[in-house]
Amino acid sequence: MTAVILGVVVGAFAPVITWIERKQSAVMQDRIGANRADIGGITILGLLHPLADVIKLLSKEDVVPTGANRVLHLIAPVIAAVPAIIAYGVIPFGSTYVFGGETISLVVANPDWGFLYIFVIGSIATYGTVIAGWASNNNWSLLGSLRASAQMISYEVTMGLSVVGCFLVYETLKLTDMAMAQDTTFRVFGFVEVLFGGELPWWVSQFAVLPQWGIFLQPLGFLMFLTCIMAENKRPPFDLPESESELVAGYFTEYSGMRFGLFFMSEFIEVVVIAGLITTVFLGGWAVPFLSQEWIVDRVGNGFGAFAGFGDGFANGFCMLVHFATFLVKVVAVIWLQMALRWTLPRFRYDQVMDLCWKVMLPLSLVNIFVTAALVLLLGE
Amino acid sequence: MLADFTGILVILIVGIAVAVGMLCVHLVLGPRRQFRAKNEPFECGESQIVSPHRRYAVKFYLVAILFVIFDVEAIFFYPWAAVFTEIGWFGFVAMAVFTVPLAVGLLYEWMKGGLDW
Repeated sequence: MTAVILGVVVGAFAPVITWIERKQSAVMQDRIGANRADIGGITILGLLHPLADVIKLLSKEDVVPTGANRVLHLIAPVIAAVPAIIAYGVIPFGSTYVFGGETISLVVANPDWGFLYIFVIGSIATYGTVIAGWASNNNWSLLGSLRASAQMISYEVTMGLSVVGCFLVYETLKLTDMAMAQDTTFRVFGFVEVLFGGELPWWVSQFAVLPQWGIFLQPLGFLMFLTCIMAENKRPPFDLPESESELVAGYFTEYSGMRFGLFFMSEFIEVVVIAGLITTVFLGGWAVPFLSQEWIVDRVGNGFGAFAGFGDGFANGFCMLVHFATFLVKVVAVIWLQMALRWTLPRFRYDQVMDLCWKVMLPLSLVNIFVTAALVLLLGE
Repeated sequence: MLADFTGILVILIVGIAVAVGMLCVHLVLGPRRQFRAKNEPFECGESQIVSPHRRYAVKFYLVAILFVIFDVEAIFFYPWAAVFTEIGWFGFVAMAVFTVPLAVGLLYEWMKGGLDW
């Protein structure tokens, strides 16, 4: 049930993201963005543009070039779009809540191998682009898909290695457990006491406190993961596989109508997946900073709830809404960050992209893993 | 355990239904007016001179081989990280021993110029 609702919501969400991107680029470039599409003169800030896009894409002709492999040409966009949609399955939108005797968790599937699943799904998406380029019988497409394959598999390695630090800190691959572990705080200078003995002044241990988020425990891991996963998604500044100025449109040059639309959609759905993943692993997931779940349930249930005559169910429901809203705010912030990066940085050269991956981030992520491991053991977390 | 798979199976079905459904609607709504020139692969207005299905630069194969090596390594890191405090310093040293040959291999590849584009 949750999965069906989620699928529909996600399907509806992707077009809205295209609107956000157009609007944000308009604001950043100091012009008036998409605002022409209207129904009877009503434009709603250009929000009808995504709708117009979908109708237009659906009613366009489906052109398959001569000499193309018709079967592969048809299934490539499906292979690209499906992994993007199903990656949502393991991202938790909220914690676990108890209503009466019933337990509700806001996640579709909650396997122990949650992050491994993301990793696997990410590699399947590579096939879509490679097959699309090869099946099109077009030189531009082939060049684009070759670039895409090399870039995506290279960054997949570093992406996998850059989050190992987080697994070491949280000791789990389960995304719900990771979010749960971040629903607390830690003392920033606590390590000084452990390593050098002695005690810190009370005001340091009292006020130098941060939420136990991945971004504070693994700042380098966060930067590397963000870079890698943006390169995985082939969005600017890593959009070499589809660089318009050299390769026409890269691997989907020969795609039209909704087949092109699926590639387009998968890219924007992945933007949301990336935002959800970074939120879960590095930004505390659904956790409200400094306010843990027990605290919210306890205060609302025993304070306001008892006063107004509501039961525990009310407290849990309230907590659920607060957590979901927090999660959405964080996701939107990360989406905004990705789009801001897209309109800020110019495209890299291909050798720079590959050098960044193999010569900078791969050694750095290995160093990060062992430094984190040593620190985890020394501090006895 | 099985419940994990049901959730994923359901979302997989939903995902495939969304993708295939969109293609089917497109198939119904889209016009079909095809002629030879329209169906030619795009080549900046010229007809295609060389077929794209020929040999590629060996670089890409090299990257793929490197990917296999390091991806397997990355997968070994995952279970290790999940039980790390239980195995402690022994696990740390064991992983260091496992990583050194790979790091040397990377260094060798680097020196040989295998990572240059």
